Amino acid sequence: MAVCVAVIAKENYPLYIRSTPTENELKFHYMVHTSLDVVDEKVSAMGKALVDQRELYLGLLYPTEDYKVYGYVTNSKVKFVMVVDSSNTALRDNEIRSMFRKLHNSYTDVMCNPFYNPGDRIQSRAFDTMVTSMMIQVC
Amino acid sequence: MADAVLFEFLHTEMVAELWAQGPDPGPGGRKMNLSVLEGMGFRVGQALGERLPQETLAFREELDVLRFLCRDLWVAVFQKQMDGQRTHHQGTYVLQDSSFPLLVPMASGLQYLEEAPKFLAFTCGLLRGTLSTLGIESSVTASTAALPTCKFQVVIQQP
Repeated sequence: MAVCVAVIAKENYPLYIRSTPTENELKFHYMVHTSLDVVDEKVSAMGKALVDQRELYLGLLYPTEDYKVYGYVTNSKVKFVMVVDSSNTALRDNEIRSMFRKLHNSYTDVMCNPFYNPGDRIQSRAFDTMVTSMMIQVC
Repeated sequence: MADAVLFEFLHTEMVAELWAQGPDPGPGGRKMNLSVLEGMGFRVGQALGERLPQETLAFREELDVLRFLCRDLWVAVFQKQMDGQRTHHQGTYVLQDSSFPLLVPMASGLQYLEEAPKFLAFTCGLLRGTLSTLGIESSVTASTAALPTCKFQVVIQQP
């Protein structure tokens, strides 16, 4: 389902980034990096709007011809970015939201781990397993 | 509710243990132990600041974050809400609790007033840690005029 998953800290450096086709990794890194600007735009736009409710899920950030990029911001300004294959048209908004919710839960578990220092790269095996289960099973 | 009491006992033991470790009579030993307690509270606050607001929507401004501290954080840790919150001037908030659960079993009045600060250090760190995860750098100090009332003063560092 997901082709690349990234967790970005509030200071905009990556805490965790992983993509499935391991060649062309740089391309995904670059996409995630450029999507950070879009995330910032959306967050500041929401801040200025007079709507009382502010959602954590940001939705589709931008589509390219092969991929679609989705974003999610937590209350602690940690951003989750997910790159999905465009040819996978069966993916609906609800599924993306539930994937982000799982990511958020796993990230919270990592934070609560006393052996984890906030700000380090995420090395938890449990987190890795969860992300693997979300990534595409390329046949 | 047995759960609240478990944390109170753990906290009492933490303070007793960290206090007893300073065999040197100079004031240097004492201050170090208080900052250890505060550091522990900070790390716990960081984790809580990630887990507690998980289902709530994003915070729009500082006041929202302070309100979250007084209500949700206090209820989660002490099973009651904080009584009062006042803003003094730009960036300084005073949070008041008229019967702070960690001080209630000690005394009610002026007895043991000098002992109170070390029981408040962990909670100061807790507040500072939660604020730091939510994006606000601050410094938190606590003061007691009479047990079990206590005031936490939060000074937000302007960037």
